[in-house]
Order: sequence, then structure tokens, then C-alpha cells
Amino acid sequence: MKKELISGSEALLRTLVAEGVETIFGYPGGAIIPVYDCLYDYQDKLNHVLVRHEQAATHAAQGYARVSGKVGVALVTSGPAATNAITGIADAMMDSTPMVVISGQVNASLLGTDAFQETDVVGITQPITKWAYQIRKPEEIAWAISRAFYIASTGRPGPVVIDFAKSAQIEMVEYTYRKESYIRSYQPYPALEMDKIQQAADLINQAQKPFVLVGQGVILSHAEEALMQLLTKADIPAAETMLGLSAMPTDFPLNKGMLGMHGNIGPNMKTNECDVLIAIGMRFDDRVTGDLGTYAKQAKIIHFDVDPSEIDKNVATDVAVIGDAKASIEAVTALLNKNQHSEWIASFTCHEEAEMRGVIQEELYPTSGAIKMGEVVRKVSEATNHDAVLVTDVGQNQMMAVRYFNYKQTRSVITSGGLGTMGFAIPAAIGAKIAAPERTVCMFSGDGGLQMTIQEFGTIMQENLNIKMILLNNSFLGMVRQWQELFYQDRYSATVMDNPDFIKIADAYRIAGQKVSDRADLDKAIQTMMDHDGSYLLEVVVEPKGMVYPMIPAGTCVTNVLMSDKA
Amino acid sequence: MEEQKLYTVSIFSENTVGLLNQITIIFTRRQLNIETLSVSPSAIEGIHKFTITTFSDQDMMEKVVKQIDKRVDVLKSYYNVDEELVYQEIALYKLSTPLFIQLASVEELIRKYNARILHINEDCVVLEKNGHYEETQALFRELSESIGVLQFIRSGRIAITKSKKERLSDMLAGLDH
Repeated sequence: MKKELISGSEALLRTLVAEGVETIFGYPGGAIIPVYDCLYDYQDKLNHVLVRHEQAATHAAQGYARVSGKVGVALVTSGPAATNAITGIADAMMDSTPMVVISGQVNASLLGTDAFQETDVVGITQPITKWAYQIRKPEEIAWAISRAFYIASTGRPGPVVIDFAKSAQIEMVEYTYRKESYIRSYQPYPALEMDKIQQAADLINQAQKPFVLVGQGVILSHAEEALMQLLTKADIPAAETMLGLSAMPTDFPLNKGMLGMHGNIGPNMKTNECDVLIAIGMRFDDRVTGDLGTYAKQAKIIHFDVDPSEIDKNVATDVAVIGDAKASIEAVTALLNKNQHSEWIASFTCHEEAEMRGVIQEELYPTSGAIKMGEVVRKVSEATNHDAVLVTDVGQNQMMAVRYFNYKQTRSVITSGGLGTMGFAIPAAIGAKIAAPERTVCMFSGDGGLQMTIQEFGTIMQENLNIKMILLNNSFLGMVRQWQELFYQDRYSATVMDNPDFIKIADAYRIAGQKVSDRADLDKAIQTMMDHDGSYLLEVVVEPKGMVYPMIPAGTCVTNVLMSDKA
Repeated sequence: MEEQKLYTVSIFSENTVGLLNQITIIFTRRQLNIETLSVSPSAIEGIHKFTITTFSDQDMMEKVVKQIDKRVDVLKSYYNVDEELVYQEIALYKLSTPLFIQLASVEELIRKYNARILHINEDCVVLEKNGHYEETQALFRELSESIGVLQFIRSGRIAITKSKKERLSDMLAGLDH
């Protein structure tokens, strides 16, 4: 029997459906029109979300992927569209987010001729993707797309770019879908080495002051329960990196908070006091470690990671356990003795009290003066019963949000960690809401970052989404201003912002909102936002020169904690 | 800082378009200069071998090799120092025939350097010499100083380990799919 011939565009869409794709974030253009034409017939199978800028397509796909655990998909045209997508691709690479970006490309016959809207997408994206591939012939489509999903979603996840020549979108092909699940040169889950598991267990069993660092790898491998069983069995305190947040509920007794530059004092101080440091699915980023020369020198270090290239990259390990986090944690837990470390765990308390007295009390419960960023965050968290998805932008708003929002379930923090991409919040919140329509999505942004992707109000309007957006407006590029105050003698070079009327902008997009500058109005405004049926922009005028504390200045020892500028 | 010395990186990969770029950007990002580069099909059909030399230290080489291994189409990469390898480069020297035949002793030169004549016509002679960098360079120096060299080209290094172990075939056998 002669097989049916279909266009390359239809082959793409059939493969996407076969890979379980439900939603695509995209923006049409000349070199991808055939796919969009075909999409017209696939509207019942594939939900296409029209963004307002290709960068937003990638961030929305990231938000979608991070909340759902599925691969996020972005579809854009060639040239400027593909280059607009670069920021999101780089962000997904840094933060290990599974994403497939499909970009249109000029006809195969025109490649290399500087044709209209041609750019070397594969060349540009190779350094910031797990895999980048150009489809020139329709026969490659089924293989390349399925392979893209396999690579993006397995091992340490990451972005894959498929550059799709327009001629291959149009040409006809005999189509057969076959799921790709093996690549000879790619071993996504290295086999567990039982001797390493045993060594790790021995070290943990002997430890007097063990301490676990929880990274996003725990979430990516669905190891949250396994982690908490390990911690409970051996009675070990743990702290999370920013991307590891929500792997444990905030109120899990052994959860001692967040690591890093603006993390909690206890976890940072204890890093340099513990005798065995157990890092799981985290990569010892400089924002976590500060000065490597003084980092955890007293401790034996056990590093669990699925990516062998992370081992000994920044911190030399004593035992490296390479493999899937969940399998590794379960294997180690089976060898652990039931243990108690009451005194060690209790030693975190004095730091918690010091942070409460020195920083948190004033940030969350001020009685006079301008509204503080932290108090807004905590009030919103309370209004959601601490059970919302938090999406942040980058900067002070981000640090305040991740410090003071609380979590009950995993995959509740969507933020740009490694790349630190301003403008991430609105599009990522769009993706998050579409991935979890039943959950409340609360987005925090500053006045700088909001304006980097503010056009995505249009996407929110068109998709009729319900996102609670909180703008912490200090009329400054706050985090840079904070550094200028601390390290550059208050020379506020290019950090003062003259801002538009944000509520009017939201209104133009039929998004309800209000502006609050008086503490007395804050609770009611938050309640109005939560009660509103639909998206809402709550602009809170916060103190212009608010500071994020505690702070470990970049490149210094993790115990060098600044509590205030009054010192 | 650790001692800088010449390392030879051997990479076995699938034969796919764009892989060289993926590998060289890993060197570029760390400001490692590629001294020599040689790419060719390996003994195993469909698998290509890259041989790259660079000055670096062991800690850096560990990281570079892991980053290379991380690329999807790379099967395996290794690094070695000279003591662990048998290695060779090939050099070609183009000389003026009239000047070449005036040399006092062509035979002595050829014997001394273990070189051979690949081509000769009335205008030019092409010599070939295999060896380590210092050896091909010594002949180049001698010829330059005596009759001059019209053109000179040296290949990238190729290398083979002295150990008994067949690293890649063991790995491929282990994959067993």
C-alpha cells in the first residue's frame, strides 16, 4: 500500500501531537507561514498562544515547562525572530529548563546567501543549547523533532533549537512517527555506582553536623518525597538554592531556608560549620558560594548530580554520586542509619532569631514610613494561603519575593536564576498560568523589568488569563541602586526611572488594577486583587531606597553577612 | 596556578555537521588557544576522531573534557600528556630545484632528517618529513638558512596512546544496544 504524502509542516504538527504537546507559544512570520497555515487545521489539537515578542514566547515556554514538568514549545520565524528568542534559550540553558524552540528558516536553496531574514541560527545557538539542528529535508522532520524532545527532557534538561527550512515545510513526505529514545553518544542517566552510594552513606552516617543543599535537580527528577525521607530518616537540616525553592514546603521542619547572597543567615553560616556538606542537584553557583577559597573548607563534600561536568567544576568533592537524583537519594537513604542531630539543628535557631531581629521584623512588620517590599510579598502570600505559584522578575523584587513568599507544593517558584533575565516575569507567568490553570499565579516585578516585556499585557488580554501581578514600584532600578549605595558612594548612575501611569497602561489592555501608596490601603487592595475574576495589576509604591538584606557582597566569604547599611 | 603544558585532547564523535564548532567554542570560552587540530574518520565506521593540542593545566583539561563529553553527538573525549602518547606531525617543504641541486650534499640532508622527496620538476622540489614539531622545525631552519623555503606546511598532530587499552571500543562494547 502506498503511504500517504503530507507536507513537512503537517509532519511537524503530527510529531508535536505525538510528543504530547498541547500548547505552543509563538509568533508567525514569512519563513514559518506554511507551518502556521497548517496549524489552522490543528486548532483542536494544539493550542497556540500568540505572544507579542519572540523573547516572550521563550519565557512563556519556560514558565510552562517549569510548572508542568513538560517540555515547553516556542515557534518563531527566521532572522530577527530567532535572535529575539536567544535570551530565553540562554536562560533555559542556565536553568536546565526543557524547551524546544522551532524557528523558520529560508528555503534550503537560499541557505548561506544572506537571503532576506536569514541568520545562522544553529551557529548562534550552539553554545546555549543542548542540541541545535537544521532541518533541510522533510524526511528529517519526524526524527529530528522526536529527538529534540528526547534530548530536551532527559538527563539534565535544557533547550533544543530546531531550525526549519521553509522549503522543507512545504515539500511532501511519506510520514512515519517513531519515538526517539536512544542516542549512542548520549547517556542522560549514568548508571549509579554502588561504591559511591556506600561511601556517601558512610560519610553521612558518621557525620555529627551534616547539612544538605537542595538544588533544582531535586525538582527536575521528581525527588521531593525521596529527599524529605532522607532528611527525616537521618535528621539532617537542609537549605535550598533559589531554584530549589519549593522542593520542600516552607514549614517542613528540616527546611532551614534559602542559600546564597540574599539567602538566610543560618544556611550560609552553617555551610562553613558543617562537617559533611551534601549537595543535591545544585551547581555551586557563585551567588551561592561567594568566595570559593573560603567555602566549606572544613567539610567533607558529597555532590549528587546527573551532569558529570558539574562535579569538581567549582567545588572539589570528596564523594561524587553521578546519576538521577531520585534514584541516588533512594539508594543512599536505604543505607542510612536512623539518626538524631537535635543539637546541631537547634544551632540554627540563634541565626534565625538574629535575622528576625535584624532584618525580617522591620521588613515584614513596619509600623511607619513607606511600604516595604517584603511586607507586600508576605501579605500576598498569606492572601493565597501560601499555596500559589510565584513568578518573579529579576532584581530586588525577585529577592524579596523568594525570601518572603511561602510554599506548600513543589514547582511553585518560577524565576530566572542563572541568567538573571529582567523582563522574565510577565511572559513566564503567562506560561505558568496556562500550565496550571487551577492554581493561583502571583507575579512580582519591579518597575524596570515590567517595562521590558510590558507588551505581553496584550497576550494576557487575548488569552483572557487570570494572573495576579504585583508591581513593586520604587522608581529605581533597585538592585543596581543598592549596589551603587553600598559600593559606589551613592552615585546613582542611570538608575532613576521616570515611569508612566502603569494602571492606565493595564487599563488599555482591559486589565483591572489599582495603585496603592498608603499602608492602610494595602490589605484591602490585595483582597480586591485576589477577589477579582481575571488578571489584576496591583501597583504598590514602595520605599524608594529599600535594601535587600541580609547580603553577602559578591566574591566574599559566605559568613560575611551584611545585616544593614547602618554598620 | 598549576603548570602549563601541552595537552592532547582526543575526541570521538558522530560524523555530524557543526560538531567542530561545538568543540571549538568550549576552548574559546576558556581562552584556550588551539595549537593544532586534526580531524579524520576513525577506525570505526561512522565515527570521527578529533585530535587537538592546547597549552593548559590538568584541572582545566578535566573540565574541558567533561564539557566536550556533554555534547550530545560526542561519544567520548580524553586528554593526555606527551609521555603517554606516540604522536606525529607531517611537514611539506617546497624548494627551488636549481638551488636544491646546488646543495653540497642532498643525500646527507635526506639521511640526516629522514626526509623524502615527493615531487620534483625543473622549478621546484617537494620534501616530506614526519616527526615531532622540533624535528620538522629543525629541517625548516636548516633549509631556510641554506637555500630558502618557497612554501612550508605542517599538519596538526595525530596521536595514539601507548597503553594497551582500546578506550573507545571498550566503551562502545559497553553500550551494547
